[in-house]
Amino acid sequence: MKILVCITNVPDTTAKISFTDNNTKLNKAGVQYIIGPYDDYALARAVELKEQQGGSITVLNVGEAESDPQIRKALAIGADDAVRVNAEPTDSYFTATQIAAIAKEGGYDLILMGRESIDFNSGVVHGLVGEMLGIPSFSPVMKLDIEGSTAKFAREIEGGKEFLEAPLPLVLGCQEPIAEWKIPNMRGIMTARTKPLKVVEPVAVGDMATLDQYTLPAPKGACKMIPADQAETLISLLKTEAKVL
Amino acid sequence: MVLIFVELDNGSIKKTSLEAVAYGAAVAKASGTTATALAIGTADATELAKAGAYGATKVLHANAAELANENAMAYASVLAAAVKNENAEVVILPKSGLCDAMGARTAAKLGASIVSGVTELPDVSNGFKVTRSIYTGKAFATVDVKGSVKILGIKKNAIEAVEGTGSATVEAFTPALNNGDFVAKVTGQEKASGELSLTEADIIVSGGRGMKGPDNWQPLLDLASALGAATGCSKPVSDLDWRPHHEHIGQTGIKVAPNLYIACGISGAIQHLAGVNSSKVIVAINKDPEAPFFKAADYGIVGDVFDILPRLTKAVKDAK
Ligand SMILES: Cc1cc2nc3c(=O)[nH]c(=O)nc-3n(C[C@H](O)[C@H](O)[C@H](O)COP(=O)(O)OP(=O)(O)OC[C@H]3O[C@@H](n4cnc5c(N)ncnc54)[C@H](O)[C@@H]3O)c2cc1C
Repeated sequence: MKILVCITNVPDTTAKISFTDNNTKLNKAGVQYIIGPYDDYALARAVELKEQQGGSITVLNVGEAESDPQIRKALAIGADDAVRVNAEPTDSYFTATQIAAIAKEGGYDLILMGRESIDFNSGVVHGLVGEMLGIPSFSPVMKLDIEGSTAKFAREIEGGKEFLEAPLPLVLGCQEPIAEWKIPNMRGIMTARTKPLKVVEPVAVGDMATLDQYTLPAPKGACKMIPADQAETLISLLKTEAKVL
Repeated sequence: MVLIFVELDNGSIKKTSLEAVAYGAAVAKASGTTATALAIGTADATELAKAGAYGATKVLHANAAELANENAMAYASVLAAAVKNENAEVVILPKSGLCDAMGARTAAKLGASIVSGVTELPDVSNGFKVTRSIYTGKAFATVDVKGSVKILGIKKNAIEAVEGTGSATVEAFTPALNNGDFVAKVTGQEKASGELSLTEADIIVSGGRGMKGPDNWQPLLDLASALGAATGCSKPVSDLDWRPHHEHIGQTGIKVAPNLYIACGISGAIQHLAGVNSSKVIVAINKDPEAPFFKAADYGIVGDVFDILPRLTKAVKDAK
């Protein structure tokens, strides 16, 4: 089975976000980058499927050279080779077009990625890629087994989950608890250095949405503390002051 | 022309979809055009005509038997057909798993631009600029949306939906369906019935590890029921199976944007806050005065949840 796992290179969840260049660029100083947390789930499940059934895992990132450490980490966790499309991902459509172009060449049985990236949180790349390739796409997938050429999986729906079966090839947006995140071991880290990382140039895409500027939310006012022995007053404050009841 | 997808829940238009209609109608007005809604699935005409009170002048209703299951791929094909049929330039979708998936596939079918997480009405004075939430609520980006068809996924509370007196005509819409959209077989479903959905709820009462165990949830459920609220939880709570996974809120769970979020015995770790920071008003109840949640909250009570919750429930009931 050939699996393509798409990973994003994103600021750590706890990163403080600020901007430079007249609020048109993320201030990267002091920001730690990680593999998107949802992509980590996709990668972990791919590694388990490969262990069970054999096959190969290619990781794919649309990003500039600063993604390489995260790509190496994915190789250390168990991917066999990697492709980086050398471009800053500007919007979902651009990213999806690049992924679809690579996927078309590779003939993958399964294309896994996180349900969304934690930088732009769009949650639409899997659907775009699925449609661009003319194959089904589902998200958010929280359980996945492959039997022959059929995927049996569960996806979260409002208030519960839905169980589905669909023929491969498929695109799936993943989330917990599809697998436990994997941490690279020493051997993985050593072998990752020798695994192939191919850098390719992007295919052309027309401008779909261009950035004007970034803004930060207005600073939060102080929290109004209500003494525990007067807890009941909260309800009237929510009614008369905050007007949310 | 602006086309708005309205999501149905048991034959009724969801509240977030009425917001989407109001949003779409406002965009249509600013651009000197009209707003049409599209509903897929079973619903009666009087219910669908409700979209008129929020500014739509027409509702297209696709109700083929094959569309009874929420199938994002088939729904995307119907939406794309409606966009072509109506010559829509702007498409509005509310925020939900179904809408994200169908919006994406529709965008790829039409070569349309798609922007999700939109928090405000667009500025159409010079181009088509929208502001969207990024970095899980920690910042916003204003983008200039190009493309002859623009698809916007809007967040809850992007607009206040006020019911007006307008009316809409309801027309059957019967595009040809593609077999390829039906290759997946639904083999089962586990769904809590009658539960208020987290993404729709105006009030959420949520519990963390401070609730101490799965058997202690009653005081929280009582407050939620008195307030007509949905219930949520932090990640460890769902990891420990104290509460079902679909209640898990945060960075790796559901992102919510209610008018009121009440956090009970939740520390306020940044990953949890990432899922709730779009709430209008946040209340934190925690026995630790240093709990980080108090920095993100509007109202705070330092105290034991098992003492505070029953008293709040009583206060809500007394106030009715
Ligand atoms: C990559 C990543 C992603 C994550 N994603 C999420 C996510 O999506 N959602 C999420 O929630 N977490 C997430 N987490 C976990 C997060 O970091 C915290 O561990 C988690 O939110 C803590 O949950 P908690 O506040 O319920 O528990 P705790 O941190 O154990 O806090 C319990 C709180 O309850 C208070 N308390 C105890 N007893 C009482 C009482 N009787 N009355 C009142 N207060 C009491 C305590 O003072 C404490 O503040 C993620 C972590 C990582 C690393």
